[in-house]
Amino acid sequence: MTDMITDRWILDRPNSYIGRSVPRPNAPRLAEGKGTFVDDIQLKRMVHAAFVRSPYAHAKINGIDTTAAKAMPGVVAVVTPEEMAEICTPWVGVLTHLEGLKSAPQYPLPLDTARWQGEAIVAVVANSRAEAEDAAAMVEIDWEVLPVAVDAETALDADTQVIHESLGDNLAWKRNADFGDVDAAYAAADHVIEDTFIFGRHTGVCLETRGLVADYESSEEQLTVWHNNQCPHMIQNILATHYGLEEHRVRVITRDVGGSFGIKVHTYADEITTVGLSVMLKRPVKFIADRLESFTSDIHARDHRVKGKIAVKADGTITAFEIDDLTGVGPYSMYPRTSAIEANQVVNMIGGPYLFENYRAEANVVYQNKAMMCQYRAVGHPIKCAVTEGLVDQAARAVGMDPVAFRQHNFHADDSYPKKSAQGMPFENLSHEECMSTMLDAMDYEAMKAERDSLREKGIYRGIGFASFIEVTNPSAMFYGVGGARISAQDGATLRLDAKGNVFVSTGATEQGQGMEAVISQVAATAVGVKPERLKIITGDTEHTPYGGGTWGSRAAGIGGEAVAQAGRQLRIQILTAAAAMLQEDASTLDIREGVVVDADSGNERIGLDEIGRICYYRPDTLPDGFQAELVATKHYVPRKFPFAFTNGAQASYLEVDTDTGFIKLLNHWCVEDCGTVINPLLVDEQIRGGVVQGLGGALWEECLYDDQGQMLNANMADYLVPMAAELPDIVCGHAVSPTADSDLGAKGAGEAGTCGAPAAVMNALNDALSPFDAKLTGMPFTPKKILTALGRI
Amino acid sequence: MDKNVDISLTINGEKVTGRVEARTNLVDFLRYDVGLTGSHVGCEHGVCGACTVRVDGRIVRGCLMAAAQADGADVWTIEGVTETGEMKPLQEAFVERNALQCGFCTPGMLLTIAELMERKPDASRDEIREFISGNYCRCTGYQAIVDAVEMARKGTGKSTGAKGDSA
Repeated sequence: MTDMITDRWILDRPNSYIGRSVPRPNAPRLAEGKGTFVDDIQLKRMVHAAFVRSPYAHAKINGIDTTAAKAMPGVVAVVTPEEMAEICTPWVGVLTHLEGLKSAPQYPLPLDTARWQGEAIVAVVANSRAEAEDAAAMVEIDWEVLPVAVDAETALDADTQVIHESLGDNLAWKRNADFGDVDAAYAAADHVIEDTFIFGRHTGVCLETRGLVADYESSEEQLTVWHNNQCPHMIQNILATHYGLEEHRVRVITRDVGGSFGIKVHTYADEITTVGLSVMLKRPVKFIADRLESFTSDIHARDHRVKGKIAVKADGTITAFEIDDLTGVGPYSMYPRTSAIEANQVVNMIGGPYLFENYRAEANVVYQNKAMMCQYRAVGHPIKCAVTEGLVDQAARAVGMDPVAFRQHNFHADDSYPKKSAQGMPFENLSHEECMSTMLDAMDYEAMKAERDSLREKGIYRGIGFASFIEVTNPSAMFYGVGGARISAQDGATLRLDAKGNVFVSTGATEQGQGMEAVISQVAATAVGVKPERLKIITGDTEHTPYGGGTWGSRAAGIGGEAVAQAGRQLRIQILTAAAAMLQEDASTLDIREGVVVDADSGNERIGLDEIGRICYYRPDTLPDGFQAELVATKHYVPRKFPFAFTNGAQASYLEVDTDTGFIKLLNHWCVEDCGTVINPLLVDEQIRGGVVQGLGGALWEECLYDDQGQMLNANMADYLVPMAAELPDIVCGHAVSPTADSDLGAKGAGEAGTCGAPAAVMNALNDALSPFDAKLTGMPFTPKKILTALGRI
Repeated sequence: MDKNVDISLTINGEKVTGRVEARTNLVDFLRYDVGLTGSHVGCEHGVCGACTVRVDGRIVRGCLMAAAQADGADVWTIEGVTETGEMKPLQEAFVERNALQCGFCTPGMLLTIAELMERKPDASRDEIREFISGNYCRCTGYQAIVDAVEMARKGTGKSTGAKGDSA
């Protein structure tokens, strides 16, 4: 072979597609409107589900009368919680490595009490969705309204309603962390600065809502589910477990997914119920959430109140961080990933870019009668980043340093790795210094400061804000598996040469639009030695892909991609073994380039893969005695040297505040990040840009507003503001490259860096703009009303 | 009173007749009765733009128009404008610039942009952003979409090579 195992063999391959902006194989189909999203699927005898949802945040169900609903036109079935509980077991969203986390059993439909407004109570199945909704309106529920617990701040008070009697109180989880000696650091510090940061509850607003088509075929006891979930194998396991089915009789198929961002990685009771409806009715049932259902039953995220402290010496050296985090997560911990991970991430990652030794944290995760919260793009990251970077800016101001110089003074040096953070998080190789300096060059920071200052004299208030960050990617089993969740940390890939020299690639990673199919094709093409157009990528089908974790935690390229690299190399070796037998050569003198076996040294063409396929499949009789060609290769991969691949980066925001209206105009935004090996620069940049904009949404516009009775007030797209094109700036992207040594490919994740740092950069830019006034904002989203209030104008 | 309505219209150049419930909106009729699933449903209250289709030469929200109102109309969807080739330069630019990720907003976005290119072929980047600000895209952050519009109208789609403007 030309490349036995070396660290970076795949980056040294001739005709490499790694690092090239090759187009996505699935993009033309989507651009022509020919995708197959789950609502596009129509099956024979398919019926439609709608749900009667709780109008109250907390209410006892004293009785359900389905008589009138069952008499409605087109109705096939009306199913109560008790009927559903007969065929589906409840689940509990806890993990053993989150010690002390407690939650109550969650049934597909709640047996006696509704615990948030929008919780599905009764299922109605009819010949059309419209008829199912008509009938749902006729279901009579005898409600007994109960007191609510909606405010996280008072959730643990003695006189607050306990949401689950069996749990005793509303505390889901508490974590305390203490490293070094924080009190000694405070005593020795020149400044100890304290502030409180608020993060509004917001949600993913995938343009395609959640949905599925479940089809139970009783003659074979076979359940097939078309589902827009990110993790087909995880869902397969969950459905088999809770419906008492054999796992090999459950097939989960994920075709095109219209955005996900972590929203579609969870176990939703209405989706589990839809499967049960199909089991009951023995025919296909479709459920597609409408937008109101999405807002009140998709997972929400953030909703943290963090009191933060930083200790700093007069020379600008940070000596300690401390936080007290409080988050309200709805009435149950989400299954199977739990609703404690976001707080845990915040605790683990505060102060990430900086060298300090003293750290103390307390996190309280509490239950409340609002929609459930769980993992959404950049879990915990925007929170820990904004708290850290907000405190860092205030500390820089206290010691009279430029915010950039202050950061540069405190960064972990680029040549200081590997090392551990104050919290013990392992950092393999980060590049804070390089990312910041690359970004400063792109911004022309000095000129920008001069412009900002001169405009201030004219009453135009502009601000420049920075945020450095770390991001956790490529999660190993340390994330969920060790806690008992049946979520695959490893991924598999199978590559198969067909008789015409094409290669079928099936992978456990999944596509939701991020471009994973292109990344997989680039890696496979490079590892085997063929052109990408000779590949067929197969994803999202538990019957036809190796076992894998799907796509979450910025893992698809780094873990799924590495499995493809290893399987691709194995297939190349097997093909060359067959070629060597045909050519009577030593396989180590041969290579495959652009679909042709060549002499490795000279590049002279010897035999095409189409000819190898023809001979191996149709004329194996012509091969030497005893030689059997094997033209399928499977490999699996999981990171083992590091529990996660931390990445890093820096962002900056330049904006202008209208101090009369409170409106912010975003002028420009920069992000320089380090995701290790960049497989496809175009796709990485677009992940960054999309992620930045999602972060900007939470910083400026997006918030799930509730009243004191737990009613969501803005559960529609007219009142819940998402980022639209006109409000956004162009975003400049750049990269440093520090590959992980945990894989041959060296790729880390890139999906969450943008969302992680954007809110902090905007907050710091806003406060820089308002620095001439006695005004400071630390509560997101930064609405015009909040800005004018801070300015004392209203 | 009969709650159904007979309609006869032209869809993508072909004559179509149907019998619809009066409450059925145009996009549901196109998707479920005619089988044209390229038009998508995102919010059902006229905000997100995913269901944008062309009716009698102008873009409309397919969720805000009753199918019965389309009786006698000339309706074009993404499938039709793909077939005629009208949208090809824009579609190629979208693919090359990665101006779509999940692709759910893309059909509505393309039809919206096509109308802008007809009404104001020299629209500035800000004007492009303004015109598409009724079409929600959660994936891209919109910059690639604006870039793709510029690429398509300059005819530079294939020649410029697509890459992010790295710092």
